Amino acid sequence: MRRILRKHAIVEDDWTLDDAARTPAGLIVPLARWRAERELLLASAAAIGVLLPNTEDVEAIYPQIADRPLIALQFPTFTDGRALTQAVLLRNRLGFAGELRALGDVVRDLVFWLGRCGFDAIVPRPDQDLEACRGALDELSVAYQPAADAHAAVWARRRMRASA
Amino acid sequence: MYRYDEIDRELLKQRTAQFRDQTRRFLAGELSEEDFRQLRLRNGLYQQRHAPMLRISVPYGLLNSAQLRRMAHVVRKYDKGYGHFTTRQNIQLNWPQLAEVPDLLAELAEVQLHGIQACGNDTRNITCDYLAGVAGDELVDPRPYCELLRQFIALHPEFYWLPRKFKFGFTGATIDRAATRTNDAAVHVLRRDGAVGYRFFVGGGLGRLPLLGQEMNAFVPEADLLLYACAILRTFNRFGRRDNIHKARIKIVLREWGVERFRAAIEEEYAKIGASAEGGQLKLLPEDIGRMRGHFDAPPYRPAGEAAADLRAQAASDPRFAAWLKRNVRPHKSAGYRVVFVSLKAPEQAPGDCTAGQFEALAELCDAYSFGELRSTYDQNLVLADVAERDLYALWGRLDAVKLATPNIGLTTDIIACPGLDFCGLANAGTIGVTHDIYRRFDSLEAQYEVGPIRITMSGCMNGCGHHSVGHIGILGVDKHGEEWYQVTLGGSAGNDAAIGERVGRALSRSEIAGGVERLIRAYLELRSDEEETFIECYRRVGMEPFKARLYEAEGESGKPVPSESEERPPGESGQGARAGMARRGVAAA
Repeated sequence: MRRILRKHAIVEDDWTLDDAARTPAGLIVPLARWRAERELLLASAAAIGVLLPNTEDVEAIYPQIADRPLIALQFPTFTDGRALTQAVLLRNRLGFAGELRALGDVVRDLVFWLGRCGFDAIVPRPDQDLEACRGALDELSVAYQPAADAHAAVWARRRMRASA
Repeated sequence: MYRYDEIDRELLKQRTAQFRDQTRRFLAGELSEEDFRQLRLRNGLYQQRHAPMLRISVPYGLLNSAQLRRMAHVVRKYDKGYGHFTTRQNIQLNWPQLAEVPDLLAELAEVQLHGIQACGNDTRNITCDYLAGVAGDELVDPRPYCELLRQFIALHPEFYWLPRKFKFGFTGATIDRAATRTNDAAVHVLRRDGAVGYRFFVGGGLGRLPLLGQEMNAFVPEADLLLYACAILRTFNRFGRRDNIHKARIKIVLREWGVERFRAAIEEEYAKIGASAEGGQLKLLPEDIGRMRGHFDAPPYRPAGEAAADLRAQAASDPRFAAWLKRNVRPHKSAGYRVVFVSLKAPEQAPGDCTAGQFEALAELCDAYSFGELRSTYDQNLVLADVAERDLYALWGRLDAVKLATPNIGLTTDIIACPGLDFCGLANAGTIGVTHDIYRRFDSLEAQYEVGPIRITMSGCMNGCGHHSVGHIGILGVDKHGEEWYQVTLGGSAGNDAAIGERVGRALSRSEIAGGVERLIRAYLELRSDEEETFIECYRRVGMEPFKARLYEAEGESGKPVPSESEERPPGESGQGARAGMARRGVAAA
């Protein structure tokens, strides 16, 4: 079983990607399959997560996936930032509280930005060092703007400081 | 000027360390060239023709004397003793060594300078009116808003990997001195019924499809600067094309969708942000804006009586000072003060270049005469914004001593030009040699004064860093069969009357181009209705034809066959032309 990053922990992955041959604890299926086989999939023993293309309008599709325990988003290349907007909208606007997983060309130098945008599960590219990826989550401890993590806006911090 | 607090300092320190580690991993073979490329671009490091080029962000064009002294130091220590001011008010170094760049950036970070998002597909350095805070036509000082937006977009995680670069340009005045509508987003800070707000334009850009930004919203309330910016960037990140780098700017989305659909998408996202918790976080409070405004308070001007001087008498006794006073000095909103333009367009100098000695001299001069601050302009000159009249004569003498007092601001030899083939890996043709040729034809000040205000702009390739599309006379270098050729456009403008220039016809050869420009200017002198009619006014009145006739008057003299346009190379490829051009000018490969 491959190892992935979940929050700050390196863990064995308990999810499998669209594998009809096995019945793992968790199965991640592409959105198209979820829409086509929803009842069948729900009848299986496995937990079902959904993989969205990075061109998907998450606000439009959200009613169909809001109850899923896991949503996976894709990075065809690490420079394609569309899934970052999808993640921020899922977390901040739609209130998705399940696992948000980054898949694809996920390199160590993308990890910091993933964490800030609300991803809590990261599956690095196979050649990437997991320990280094874990370290990269905290590469910068200061941020100017709010995103989908704990950082407050710098202007809000300065308000507090001024009134202190 | 904005002064960093510990949050800013700590962020820049950590960022500098992050890039040091990325560079170390690349040099150790742990990072591939392609993976590292994306990281170095976001720290200002671009691979040029001979060496890496480091682009240093100058936020909205403001520099202080400590930064200028540090620039003098780093160009001596890490480069060949000079830097280059760009049309985005930034500074580029052309010869740093990659392994030394982390040290260079660490030295810059100590004075609040960096290369964060200076290159790459991200939000770039914000440009701004270089007369912000001192112009008589100013409605609202835009600088506090520039800095608030700078902090919002710096290392923004959601917008760090955009489809393509994204540029903001600001003004708060009635006269647009920042070519704002050539930006992906233009922000005009203004007042309506006493309330401050922003007029937003989106979808401008130079490059292969030059377009001017279209109005998106005539008045966004002051508190909503970051909400509206977020709506634009999010729309771009979602819908910008990623299948073709030449169609990835936001202007392409606008063109493919049409203005109405595009505006509806941005307005819808703006409304959604406003209705959500995110909007609450992004809304600026009056105290946020007030705190930021405090960084840009007017300096302690002396009373007008103490600052004023009898400039007329000084000018009468020294004609060289008089010429400089007339061309390079402009009114200031405070009585007794003037705005001084420092020309970076001296003879035989590449437009925008500044030597270590000049950086040092400028540091001393802005400390002595302009409250320690200097500004860079989009047309590659510098501004000392707050000079007392009584200091002008002494300042002029000291600028003149370091070749920074050429009295040519806004005239024929004040040419905007990118570095061109001599440096740039994208260029198809040289620019610096051509600017020198044009310069020599109009070197006499009398000739330039006769011609009056004119904007000549020149880019070495279609990417348009030299703003050729918005020059009154625009020159675009192209490559044909391994030779440098130059296309001419007429009628462009970057000001309030912004317009994209029209291409006149076939390109001119390297030997023809300077003569062609001279013929265009001579045509203007013959065609103008009187001495008050400027080149651009004249062009708009009479149209292209009489100018076109003069431009090609000497057609055939060169005796060379004219290649067809379809054989031009697209920009960004290196080829015969590049090598031939370099060889001709004897540029040594590094």
